Amino acid sequence: MSDTAPAAGFDLRRQLLLGMTWRAYARSLLTPVNALAAVICGVGLAVVVWRFRAGLGATTNLTQAYPWGLWVGFDMLTGIALAAGGFTIGATIQFFGLEEYHAVERSAILAAWLGYMLEMTGVIIDLGRPWNIYQVFLHFGTTSMLFEVTWCVLCYTSVLTLEFSLPFFQWLGWKRAYAMMRKALLALTVLAVVFSTMHQSALGSLFLLTPGKLHPLWYSRFIFLFFLASSVVAGIGMIIVVYALSCRFFPKHLGGPRDSSKLVLGMGKAGALVGFAYFVLKVQGVVDGHAWDLLRTRWGLWFLVEVLGFVLAPVLLYAEGVRRRRAVLVQVAAGWALAGVVLNRLNVSVIAFNWRDPTPYVPRWTELMVSLTLVTVGVLAYRWIVNRMAILGERPALGPASQGD
Amino acid sequence: MKLGRRGFLGVAGFSGGLLLAGRPRAARAEEQGRGIPGEQESAVLVDTTRCVGCRGCEAACSEAHGLPPPDPDDKVFESRRSTSPDQFTVVNRFPGPAGAARPHFVKSQCMHCVSPACASACPVRALQKSPGGPVFYDGTRCLGCRYCMVACPFGVPRYQYEKAAPYVRKCDFCASRQAEGKAPACASVCPSGALTFGKRGELLDEAKRRIYGAQGAQPGRYLRRIYGEHEAGGTDWLYLSDIPSEELGLDDTIARESYPRMVDGALSVPPIVMALWPPLLMGLRQAAARRNRKAGGGEPGAPDGEEGEGHE
Repeated sequence: MSDTAPAAGFDLRRQLLLGMTWRAYARSLLTPVNALAAVICGVGLAVVVWRFRAGLGATTNLTQAYPWGLWVGFDMLTGIALAAGGFTIGATIQFFGLEEYHAVERSAILAAWLGYMLEMTGVIIDLGRPWNIYQVFLHFGTTSMLFEVTWCVLCYTSVLTLEFSLPFFQWLGWKRAYAMMRKALLALTVLAVVFSTMHQSALGSLFLLTPGKLHPLWYSRFIFLFFLASSVVAGIGMIIVVYALSCRFFPKHLGGPRDSSKLVLGMGKAGALVGFAYFVLKVQGVVDGHAWDLLRTRWGLWFLVEVLGFVLAPVLLYAEGVRRRRAVLVQVAAGWALAGVVLNRLNVSVIAFNWRDPTPYVPRWTELMVSLTLVTVGVLAYRWIVNRMAILGERPALGPASQGD
Repeated sequence: MKLGRRGFLGVAGFSGGLLLAGRPRAARAEEQGRGIPGEQESAVLVDTTRCVGCRGCEAACSEAHGLPPPDPDDKVFESRRSTSPDQFTVVNRFPGPAGAARPHFVKSQCMHCVSPACASACPVRALQKSPGGPVFYDGTRCLGCRYCMVACPFGVPRYQYEKAAPYVRKCDFCASRQAEGKAPACASVCPSGALTFGKRGELLDEAKRRIYGAQGAQPGRYLRRIYGEHEAGGTDWLYLSDIPSEELGLDDTIARESYPRMVDGALSVPPIVMALWPPLLMGLRQAAARRNRKAGGGEPGAPDGEEGEGHE
């Protein structure tokens, strides 16, 4: 089943145009989905240009009291959490030895790689002086958790890029490069898990310095454990959801009917176990912080919404799906668990942050637009790659019947 | 697929190299816990019983830094003001508790902590604590990440959101004037003696003298508390008053320990993970390989034991 030697040589034009002529390809792009994406990206790009010309004050609702807003809370914190599928799937296959998950490995790695690319773009857009980003290579603020996050993310993205190079080299037909990278995959996966542990937890540690600003129900000296555990929850969730959506929208690339329900149920088991561990950790955090009484306040109610409604509930649904052997329940639970991680990151960074301040931060439409554009670009890039490279199955057959983009 | 000797050396070398290269050093501002923190640093004692609200300090500060002059009309006292990117210090008026003889005036600016959270939070050391006391900012290397603003418990750093190339702005304790042996602009113009410039250790002594009434000062006039003595592990700007701090807008939720120390535990995570994870993960892999062999498969990571195959 070797796919490394392309039958007729690698033809870039054929690959780019999916085997169609320029005109046919252009026509195939005219779909309602593409039109919507084009509008979103067009407006988003305009906003980004505006942001760099006019400054953050004109294009965000950031204030002196709220220096971090949606772009940090969502593009960076949530983006990195949702890209945790990369190291989670690597660990599943290489260290837990669960061979059968090869089927979902590449879609997870691709989604993670795109996630980090977009996250870094989001950070560049949020930084006040992004042209100074190279300074982290010159001046080492080693006591800064943000320094650690930056370096770990840079190192990890390099590792992830090397992991993604496997389907890329396979697509180009570069056999030697492919074989070399294949041999390195185990070492790369070790590094991936090491770097991911460090920066996923460090994102939580960013808030260790802010006990007065982050509400006591969310602040804990163990916050780095919470972020690490919830990143694995997000990783498992993303693997399940991305694979489910891919099978739904790109059925042709699967190479025939495939029953992945066993895999999904297996991941559901992992999701339930890790999710429950995370739930217990959060409860322990409240106990350790002597914040139990605060559960009776309005903030306490919101905390319970997050922990009971978006951490425990999906765990129960995962378990139910596994028990009843229904993959759909597991997939819904995965999406729900993902929403819980998004909610947690937003709570820690902007909602429960500065909780004493009477004026809350609400993102401006421009901020929402940029985040939406980043997600849209990610989806478009995912589609582009899946339509050409061997991500879901064998390398896709190209020709006039190919999908639009 | 085996890791092999080369692979092992590669991972170990890379991890070990990172470990040694990235060994966390304590922020220079960290105190070792002996004696009074920042004893020899320059400091200012703010005696709120002496401040008359002339706002000469605001004017002197703006002049010394080339900032727009503050609004001279005392109507500004009607609302609570904060510092801004173009005003590094403000004086606010507080009515005090019912029955207070007179309103109280409180000057706000950067507290120049002995162990500043902002300096330890900055990923490129754009904010640094100088041994002499001032926490100063070098905008040339600033990324604009604004983490210093997140970290500062007093909410001091201000951002130039309206600019396309923004900087962080705050009081710099007139570091350049201090380098010439002068007092900061604000302290040097204060007419009522509300601002006393000196060394932190000596000023703490002076504050205690005023509180306990030695050398002819009125005992019982002040509350027995020096705001800034322990706040955030100690700050170079110290406040004395005769009414409680919450009546003066002084934040009482500030931790009485150094903020950078709160990150210490997390800073040791990277070396521990780099050291422990590789053997743990390889151990897991061995157990998995044994289980797979029993089930008739091959090494993890190589479907059916073949090398160099595509996936599915």
